[in-house]
Amino acid sequence: MAEINPVLLKELRQRFRNKKASWLLALYLVVIGAFVLGFTYLNWRNAPGFYQPSRSQEIFILLSVAQLFLLAFVTPGLTAGAISGERERQTLNVLLTTRLTTWQIIWSKLVSSNAFVVLLVAATLPLYSIVFLYGGISPGQVAGVFGFYLVTMFLFGCIGVACSAFFRKTGVSTVTAYGLTFALSAGTALLSVFLIELDRSYRAGASAASSLPLPPDFITGVAQFLQETNPIFVLMEILGTNSILNDFNFGLPYWGVYTVLYLAAGALLLFWSARLLFPRKNN
Amino acid sequence: MIEFNGVSKNFGATRALEQFSLTVRQGLVYGLIGPNGAGKTTAMSILATLQLPGAGTVTVDGRDVVREAGEVRGRIGYMPDFFGVYDDLRAAEYLEFFAAAYHIPAGQRSHLAAGLLELVDLPDKAGVYVDSLSRGMKQRLALARCLVHDPKVLILDEPASGLDPRARAEMKEIIRHLKQMDKTVLISSHILPELAEICDEVAIMDKGKLVACGTVAEITAVSRGARQMRIEVLDRAEELAAYLATRPGISDSHADGPSVQFIFSGEQAEQAGLLQAIITAGWPVAEFGEVKRNLEEAFMAVTGEEAANDGGN
Repeated sequence: MAEINPVLLKELRQRFRNKKASWLLALYLVVIGAFVLGFTYLNWRNAPGFYQPSRSQEIFILLSVAQLFLLAFVTPGLTAGAISGERERQTLNVLLTTRLTTWQIIWSKLVSSNAFVVLLVAATLPLYSIVFLYGGISPGQVAGVFGFYLVTMFLFGCIGVACSAFFRKTGVSTVTAYGLTFALSAGTALLSVFLIELDRSYRAGASAASSLPLPPDFITGVAQFLQETNPIFVLMEILGTNSILNDFNFGLPYWGVYTVLYLAAGALLLFWSARLLFPRKNN
Repeated sequence: MIEFNGVSKNFGATRALEQFSLTVRQGLVYGLIGPNGAGKTTAMSILATLQLPGAGTVTVDGRDVVREAGEVRGRIGYMPDFFGVYDDLRAAEYLEFFAAAYHIPAGQRSHLAAGLLELVDLPDKAGVYVDSLSRGMKQRLALARCLVHDPKVLILDEPASGLDPRARAEMKEIIRHLKQMDKTVLISSHILPELAEICDEVAIMDKGKLVACGTVAEITAVSRGARQMRIEVLDRAEELAAYLATRPGISDSHADGPSVQFIFSGEQAEQAGLLQAIITAGWPVAEFGEVKRNLEEAFMAVTGEEAANDGGN
């Protein structure tokens, strides 16, 4: 039987033995639970003694979006110290002189951090039962949302690991990882909205935009691509809000583009991180 | 067992190693000494496969540290000058983790960890969290960690740094025990008298270069081109100091109570002639001899000569 990677085993043992893990899990559930129960309470307060089943979909959307924001907050924070933390504790050099490859070290760090994030997400499943209680949501949608979370946390985690391999200080690594996650989550959304507005004014023949050298189809295509790589747009699309443009066919459905791009980008970042740990001629 | 061959290494404009060559035979405890910035840690890092040499080759047991880094890692145990330990791991778990990292079969790890803790005199600390151990205990645990895969070579960078005298003595005992186990130990330290006690041979480094190497006796002899001599007389020590200052081959003659110290350059026959001349001149000589240099003084003399040569160039 294949043996579990020793770094992964050690990381899991350390992480789950630490009291911080229990506190973080409790805090996460309190925040998510407060959203759901607060919204349910408001719904009940507006119509006492009566619950509108159609609003369970709103709760589902609220819960899913809130969870995405928390993932964007927790995942880079957990992974951004993976390698730089080893450097700061002066344990990395010893680890690098063992028979473990740099790839094994990097991969174990990512998996152990993401395992904890998966636990956070899985622990919220009972809250989703409130949604199921009143109907309106298919199990397929819930599975889609959880699949989306796995892909998203993979890339967010890879960004954190790459920053921690590149920067020597965990503080710098964490700030950079949050910056990149924000750029990916909000930057692409803002840019796509900007391009859509630009395209609209171009088509309307506005003077400022009519001098643009780019064809309008190209602008719309870029805007759609940005939306298909933006976690908020993709989540809203999974939730059935039809928020992504549908002018171009990239050969894959929107979730396919998102999954392929995120997994490929994450794999490249991990590969680069492992390379950064190789000894160099000049450093 | 260890071979540095013309190794150079630069960090930007700083030259850490320059044409450094050194051979360490199997089973020796070999000391690397030198001032801060001499290149000891760089040499050890290259040996531990953590850095690549800019030029030259380094081999361990015939394996090249660049092309066969994986093979070399299986043959070395490395203890850096500064190292940390993992929080939330017990001493036995710490050793078992590294045993797994060296691909030791799972069934052997717990027995191995117990044996190593016994070797470094920490048998009752197996269940204690590593971060709660004293510095001396952590150093010994790190040494045990170096041994989990039974390496042929141990690279110990300042293993006694920051330890109290008792912990240093315990560390020395363990290193002597490792020698009995036929391990080749490359060790650096600033505490030269202790290195002189445990090392079979030493190498003195300065500014990235090898300045001298050999047994402690050879090293002190090399630095003995000009010998420090001492004569104790029953009276007229001041007059003797003045007399010696007029003799050829003698410098820095000065009286210190009933004794006179001076630097003498010459063969043994000339040394015998000097003693005869002093007695013939009527000084009642009680003692006459060379002030023995220890490794520390030899180190200062050798690195001082290098500095003087550099200044003259």
